[in-house]
Amino acid sequence: MKEMLSKKILEMKPSGIRKFFDVVNEVPGVISLGVGEPDFETPYHIREAGIQALQGGKTFYTSNSGLQNLRNEISIYTNKKIGNQYDPNTEVMVTVGGSEAIDIALRTIINPGDEIIYIEPSFVSYLPCILMADGIPVAIELKPENKFRLTKDQLENAITEKSKALIISYPNNPTGAIMEEEDLRELVEVIEKNNLLVISDEIYSELTYGKKHVSIASFSGMKERTIVINGFSKNFAMTGWRLGYAMGNAEIISQMVKVHQYAIMCAPTISQYAAVEALQNGEEDICNMRESYNQRRRYLYHELSRLELPCFLPEGAFYMFPDIRKFGMTSEEFAIDLLNKEKVAVVPGNAFGDCGEGFIRISYAYSISELKEAVRRIENYIMDKHTTEL
Amino acid sequence: MSISQKKENVQMQKEKILSLLRLIEQNSGLSELDLSIMLDVETQAIHDAISALEKEGVICGYHTLIYWDKITDNDVTALVELRVTPQGGDGYEKLAEKIKEYPQVKTLYLMSGAYDFLVMVTGQNMKEIALFVSGKLASINEVQNTTTHFILTKYKELGFDLEAKKAGERMVVTP
Repeated sequence: MKEMLSKKILEMKPSGIRKFFDVVNEVPGVISLGVGEPDFETPYHIREAGIQALQGGKTFYTSNSGLQNLRNEISIYTNKKIGNQYDPNTEVMVTVGGSEAIDIALRTIINPGDEIIYIEPSFVSYLPCILMADGIPVAIELKPENKFRLTKDQLENAITEKSKALIISYPNNPTGAIMEEEDLRELVEVIEKNNLLVISDEIYSELTYGKKHVSIASFSGMKERTIVINGFSKNFAMTGWRLGYAMGNAEIISQMVKVHQYAIMCAPTISQYAAVEALQNGEEDICNMRESYNQRRRYLYHELSRLELPCFLPEGAFYMFPDIRKFGMTSEEFAIDLLNKEKVAVVPGNAFGDCGEGFIRISYAYSISELKEAVRRIENYIMDKHTTEL
Repeated sequence: MSISQKKENVQMQKEKILSLLRLIEQNSGLSELDLSIMLDVETQAIHDAISALEKEGVICGYHTLIYWDKITDNDVTALVELRVTPQGGDGYEKLAEKIKEYPQVKTLYLMSGAYDFLVMVTGQNMKEIALFVSGKLASINEVQNTTTHFILTKYKELGFDLEAKKAGERMVVTP
């Protein structure tokens, strides 16, 4: 049967996340810190809007680009948050999660042979989506000493005459890194000089702690060449609703809509109605969730420091990326050993790229009680390791 | 490396005090150290704030929410509506002082609307509560009328869902 399938797909590496999921699923009584979605349920008023839409019979297709009302709200929201003005009729489209937006953006911009630069460690989908769209992936390995921020030098060294686009993703999964205005400004020079397109995945844009999120698209000249991707999954705890959006130059968006209309038709209608409510009345919910995440971030960072696990201080998203190299094990060995001995699941860093080897991703999208228990077990594990070595 | 080079050590800002109250309202098991880390404030400031809030009566007590029905059959709760004729300008306050002394009275509110006081009364069984209402509450001079409603099932109390904890609905590992 395999010989009948696409070689390109067969040759793609299976997801490290999926592999680890299968292992964790077999172990009972696990505290899993391996989840990349909020622990909050969608705020009730948003769920109610979805329920009302269902009850009101809103079960038909919407326009391919999405409900007009929703695109209007996205435009207003984006203007408020990052300063850019996107025309809801031509420069905004609603997608099935940020995931679909990433996929169709790449399919829209890649010609065979184009190189797409992307950062690692990063969300697992960039590399496979580049490959599926017949692009050539060029990974830049981010460094903890740079706070996992992309530097101008790194970008310059990765560019060739085949470079078409750069994918950046901040706040970042799995490191929790952010890019500040001066960091992005340095990249803008390089991007413009080399006429690159940018795909900016900003799905965690509301989850920054103490520093306002800055979009690369807000720099002069960048709006035209940047596809900004955002959504409702992380900011509004709407992962299961499968709703995101892309914004950019009208020409690019209209071609993306073409791909979208053939593959998807439209994003889920009920989700779109709920999302209107989220954008109109969800600001307080965002603030409350952000405050909760921030409290947990502080707690977890304090504990990791106390346990002497070197970790870069994340300023966004809800992940920590501690360094476990001192234990002399690979990330996978460490994760599996911790799972078996103390029933705590963390994700091996190499699931996010080869340079993630030696690190683990811990998600703090959990209640304080669960985090405390997890920390207690991790502490047991570490103390046990020290005792064994003595 | 400390998470913040300069923690707030002076009197806590109002916003942080509200955050503190929200945290301990949901989880009184958090230690002062936990709170200090989570709110990025020195432990002494947390301690001082809590002491002050206790003195001012903003923090009135530390309560554990028990779902008694799960462990005993001898716990019945009723909500009793009282219509009263208060005497004098501070009639309601005087009446409230009297009613809240009873240990059976767990909650006492003055209400707007069709009745004056809402009293939550607990007892071992319905008869005991009925006797308390008729013998003690109804017999107060100012009380004109009582209406007793027995609680049959509790679903949610003080923000806590009383149903058995749902098993985690999230997938164990996701990107």
